[in-house]
Amino acid sequence: MTLDLSLLPDGGMPWITASGPHADIVLSSRVRLARNVAGFAFSPRARDGERLRVLQQVRDAAGHSELLARAVLLRVDEMSVNERRLLHERHLVSKELAELDSPNARSGAAVLVADEAALMVNEEDHLRLQVFRSGFDIRGAWERASRADRDLGDILPLAYHREFGFLTSCPTNVGTGLRASVLVHLPGLVLTQEVGKVLSGLQQMGLTYRGLYGEGSEVVGNYFQISNQTTLGRGEDELCDHLSRVVSHVVSREDEARRVLIRDAGYIIEDKLWRAYGTLRYARSLSVDEAMNLLSGVRLAVGLKLVSGLSVYTLNKLLVFSQLAHLSLAEGRPLTESEASLARARYVRGVLAEEAGPA
Amino acid sequence: MVCEHCKERDAVVHLTQIVESAVTQLHLCEKCAAAKGIETTVAVPKHPLGDFLHAVQQQAAPAAGDQVRCAYCETTLRDFRASGRLGCAQCYTAFEGALRELLRRVHGAAQHTGRAYEAPVPATVARDGALDTLRNRLQQAVAAEEFETAATLRDQIRALE
Repeated sequence: MTLDLSLLPDGGMPWITASGPHADIVLSSRVRLARNVAGFAFSPRARDGERLRVLQQVRDAAGHSELLARAVLLRVDEMSVNERRLLHERHLVSKELAELDSPNARSGAAVLVADEAALMVNEEDHLRLQVFRSGFDIRGAWERASRADRDLGDILPLAYHREFGFLTSCPTNVGTGLRASVLVHLPGLVLTQEVGKVLSGLQQMGLTYRGLYGEGSEVVGNYFQISNQTTLGRGEDELCDHLSRVVSHVVSREDEARRVLIRDAGYIIEDKLWRAYGTLRYARSLSVDEAMNLLSGVRLAVGLKLVSGLSVYTLNKLLVFSQLAHLSLAEGRPLTESEASLARARYVRGVLAEEAGPA
Repeated sequence: MVCEHCKERDAVVHLTQIVESAVTQLHLCEKCAAAKGIETTVAVPKHPLGDFLHAVQQQAAPAAGDQVRCAYCETTLRDFRASGRLGCAQCYTAFEGALRELLRRVHGAAQHTGRAYEAPVPATVARDGALDTLRNRLQQAVAAEEFETAATLRDQIRALE
């Protein structure tokens, strides 16, 4: 099958518009709910036939949810590695569902993509509902996720225990099954060497952080995904409000760090950021890490209003479309890493020349 | 050995069929076998386990408890300690004591205080669940050559279908 991305509303990335609050620092807010259908073994343990029946039941139930009724079904189990990687690069499927190291994803693996939501089916839990919002809007994501969860749970009998709450494959998700997260860009705190203190503070407050692609991914380009660590013993509203309060504090610390940088080291920062911009505009080969780091510099420059004519939307687009599977799709064939480095530099040059005008 | 159907993937399912005393063998990959409705595999979960698994393994427990087995999916407490993943919702009941202790350590609490939930029980869903169980028992009965039980189960399945 060939993945037709035009089927996806906003390409499955409502957050890319950068239209939400604090979009210069917070790229996206996300709420994820883990649920299982009663009467079936959890997906990793289930037989192929059981997973296919789960998929059928979830599809039927999704038709009753306002958020998911017009969703596009993508059968991850019928996709090539490159197509699965592409969905992963868009944050629509997890590494677990995409099984990037395997020639085939497990049977029944699928994702329903709607305007603001992606519902993974047969990940380690039968249902992984994700709602995305642009910028800093945990509350908005939670309200939408909660409504869709009720719609689904009215049709599907979900696995639930009076003491332990919603039951999940891994006990780290049990209870609310809720993981709220924000993807933040913190170059100011990294450059002022304050980030270590902020990150260790997060852990003391029951939160955790990861890289751009969640669990197991490295921190590259100063992007951090901050989320709640525990899911049991506190209510959904409390978990979301707590994360919002802490992130709001992190955002103001980042703002403050940026002011300090400009005040105390204005010309050094300005030079560093323009050099990043220059490299992106003229380089002939860019590795993915180098591109991420340089784009981080340009994002900071746009946030500090040093560079004009370049939108946060364009930067969000570059972040996703300069990755391996997206470049391969554009070239019409799977690329090796070194071919991708050339294609990446060409793509970034093209976008910057077109959208930012003459340097 | 390559799958006889798609001729691409490795054959992992080897099916021997006896039709009127003629023996035929089919060698299929998991995907083609599933497409033909042959259910054989119980996939083994693969996960980056991280800190959580470490916590599970650190938790001292009497070795005898490791033999406790979930009656529904046959996961043992030992399997759970090795993978960090439970097999099904019933595992939470089967391993309740050990899990309560673990949840207190991981989450600082073992009582859910979020949204309460009551499941709907539409007739079709209950029927699908029952059919699953019956089909599994039929397979087991056939494998154990308990033909009378198998015949009864087959009749029950037909009635539900």
